[in-house]
Amino acid sequence: MTGPPRPTLAVWKFASCDGCQLTLLNCEDELADIAASVQVANFPEASREVIAGPYDLSLVEGSITTPADAERIRAVRDASRFLVTIGACASAGGIQALRNFREADEYLPVVYARPDYIDTLRTSTPIADHVGVDFELRGCPIDRHQLLDVISAFLHGRKPSVPGYSVCLECKRAGITCVMVAHGTPCLGPVTQAGCRALCPSCARGCYGCFGPMETPNTAALSARWRELGVSRPDVGRAFRTFNANSGPFREEAEANDAP
Amino acid sequence: MEPATLQRVIDRAGLDQLLAAIARRGFRLIGPAVRDGVIVYDDISSSADLPAGWTDEQDGGHYRLRRRDDDALFGYAVGPQSWKRYLFPPTSVVWRSARDKDAGQDPGGAADGDANGAPDGAAGAGAPMAFIGVRSCELRAIAIQDRVFLGGQHTDPVYAGRREGVFLVAVNCGQAAATCFCVSMDAGPKAESGFDLALTELLDGERHEFLVEIGTGRGADVMSEVAGRPAGRTETQAADRVTEQTAASMGRHLDTGGIKDLLYGNFENPRWDDVAGRCLTCGNCTMVCPTCFCFSITDVTDLAGTEAEQQRSWDSCFTMDHSYIHGGSVRASSRSRYRQWMTHKLATWIDQFGTSGCVGCGRCITWCPVGIDITEEAAAIRASDGATGEEGHGDA
Repeated sequence: MTGPPRPTLAVWKFASCDGCQLTLLNCEDELADIAASVQVANFPEASREVIAGPYDLSLVEGSITTPADAERIRAVRDASRFLVTIGACASAGGIQALRNFREADEYLPVVYARPDYIDTLRTSTPIADHVGVDFELRGCPIDRHQLLDVISAFLHGRKPSVPGYSVCLECKRAGITCVMVAHGTPCLGPVTQAGCRALCPSCARGCYGCFGPMETPNTAALSARWRELGVSRPDVGRAFRTFNANSGPFREEAEANDAP
Repeated sequence: MEPATLQRVIDRAGLDQLLAAIARRGFRLIGPAVRDGVIVYDDISSSADLPAGWTDEQDGGHYRLRRRDDDALFGYAVGPQSWKRYLFPPTSVVWRSARDKDAGQDPGGAADGDANGAPDGAAGAGAPMAFIGVRSCELRAIAIQDRVFLGGQHTDPVYAGRREGVFLVAVNCGQAAATCFCVSMDAGPKAESGFDLALTELLDGERHEFLVEIGTGRGADVMSEVAGRPAGRTETQAADRVTEQTAASMGRHLDTGGIKDLLYGNFENPRWDDVAGRCLTCGNCTMVCPTCFCFSITDVTDLAGTEAEQQRSWDSCFTMDHSYIHGGSVRASSRSRYRQWMTHKLATWIDQFGTSGCVGCGRCITWCPVGIDITEEAAAIRASDGATGEEGHGDA
C-alpha cells in the first residue's frame, strides 16, 4: 500500500449478539473500499492478526454487564482516538437491560446450573455511562448504510448524516403506506428514530422501535392512540420494553403503562 | 368558441383512447392505483389500472379502502401521496463531483450537465409526465409550488425540469372525504383552470360516461383522436350537479376570515400547549401536504474520497435540525413547531407568496397518526382569540 498511512480501525465486543459488528462484514460490496481506506488493526471477527493500539477509530458493540467489562471499556477508551458505539446494546443497554427492572440475582439460579460461576453487574448499561463516546450509532442491528456513512464521515472530517427524526419521514419519502392510519396496525415509528429505512412498515408491519427514541418523542400521545386501537396497557408497556428498554423515554413510557 | 366544442362526452372506451392518445405523444402516464390498502399515484397504462369500484373512508388518523356499489373510476378523495412526489421528488441529487486524479480536485461546477455536477433535472426526470386524475385542490397545490419553485428571482432546476410540459388531466371530485375542506380554501371541488383536460365522471344507472372539458390546445389535439360526442345541456347539468353535491358535502370547514391577523395575534394562545400535548412531532403532516416544500441538504461521500454529492430530501419543520443554528434548535418545543407549521401554512404564507399555503385537501388530518385536525385547531384559536397562557413562553 502506497500513499499516506491509513487510519487504524478496531472493533470491540461487549455484551451483545455480534450482529452489529457482522454488519461491517456484511458490507460485501464495500469491503475492498473499507480495507483500502482504513487499516483493520483489531477485529477478531475478521482477522486473527491484531496490531497493537492506539487506534484511530474504535467501533464498540455491546453493553456493560460485568465488573470486568466496566474496567475493559476504560482501556478501550484510552486506546481509541475516536470511539463510536454501534447498536442498541452499546448505545442504550440492549435487550439485556431488562434486568435493570428486576433483581438479576433472582434469575441466576433459574438460568445457570452453577450461578456461583457468574460474576455480573445488576444492570446492563450503555457505553456512554462509563466512558466518553464520540458518536452513538443506533439500531438493532445497525443499518449498514449508516455505518458506512459514519466511517466515511470520520475519514473525511464531516458530520455523519444520521438524523434524529422519526421513522415516519423515511416511510413517507419512500412512499410506504402508513400501517397505523391505513391498516390500524400499532406502530412505534412516530416515536422511533429513523435509520432502518422503514424496514418493518415496508413489509406492512408496525415499527418495533429498534433504533430507540427519536429526538423529541411524545410517547404518551402515541400510547394513547395505541390504546384506542385496542392495545392493552401491559402490551403497550411491552412494546416499549425491548431492545431500547433502558432509553429514557421508552423506559418511562413502559413504566407509565405498568401502573395498575 | 361555443361550449359544445369545449366539452365532450366520452365513455370508458373513450377514456382509454384518451389515455392512449396522451401516451402516443411520449408522455409517461401517472394516475391513481390501489396499492397496500391505499390509493397512490403510480404508473398506469390504461383505465384498467385505475381503482375501479373503490372508495375511501377518511377521518382524523384514519383511512380505509371500501368497495363501492358501482364501477366508478374516480369515486374517492385524495390519498396519502400528492403530485409533489413527481415534481419535487423526495430525494434528488443537487450536484455531484469526482476527484480528478491529476488535479486533485474536480473543477467542474454544478449543473453544467456533464458527468460532474449533473443534477436531477430535465435530464434526470425522463419522459415528460401526464398526471391523470388531478383534483382541483391538487391543481391549486401545483400552482402554489410553481410559485415557490419557479416564481421569484431563482428557479429550481429540479422542479422546473420535471414541471416543464406536464400534461394535466383533472378530475372534478364526485365525492368529498370527511377530511375535505377545499370549499373553505376556495380550491375546489371543481377544477376551474390550469388543466389540459378536466373530467367529470357521470354515473347514472347503466350509464358510465365522462364529461370532458378542454382547457388547452394540446388538450383539444388529444381529444381529436377520441371517440365521443359534444356535450348537451343534460350532461353539463349532470356534471354541475356532481360538483355541487360534492361541494355541499365537505367533511370539514375552516373559517379563513381574517385568519392572518388571527394567527399573528395568538402566538401565546394556550391552545398551542394543548396541541403540543397531542403532537408526535413525527412530521407526517408536512410529508403528505401537497404544498410543503422544505428540504434538507446532505453531503454524501464515498469511502475513498473520490466522489462526493449533495442530496436534498424532503424535510419537515417538525424536525430539530430544521431550525438548528449554531448552538441549538430555535424551535425546540413541539408547541413552537406546530405553531410554526400552522401559522406558516395559513398566515405567513400569504405574506410570503401571496396565497394561503393550504388547499383544504385534508391529508394532514387523515395521515396524522393521532388525528390532529388543522380545522379544529384553527377554530379553537378563533374561539379563544387573544387568550394567553398563565405564564409567558420564550420562543422555544
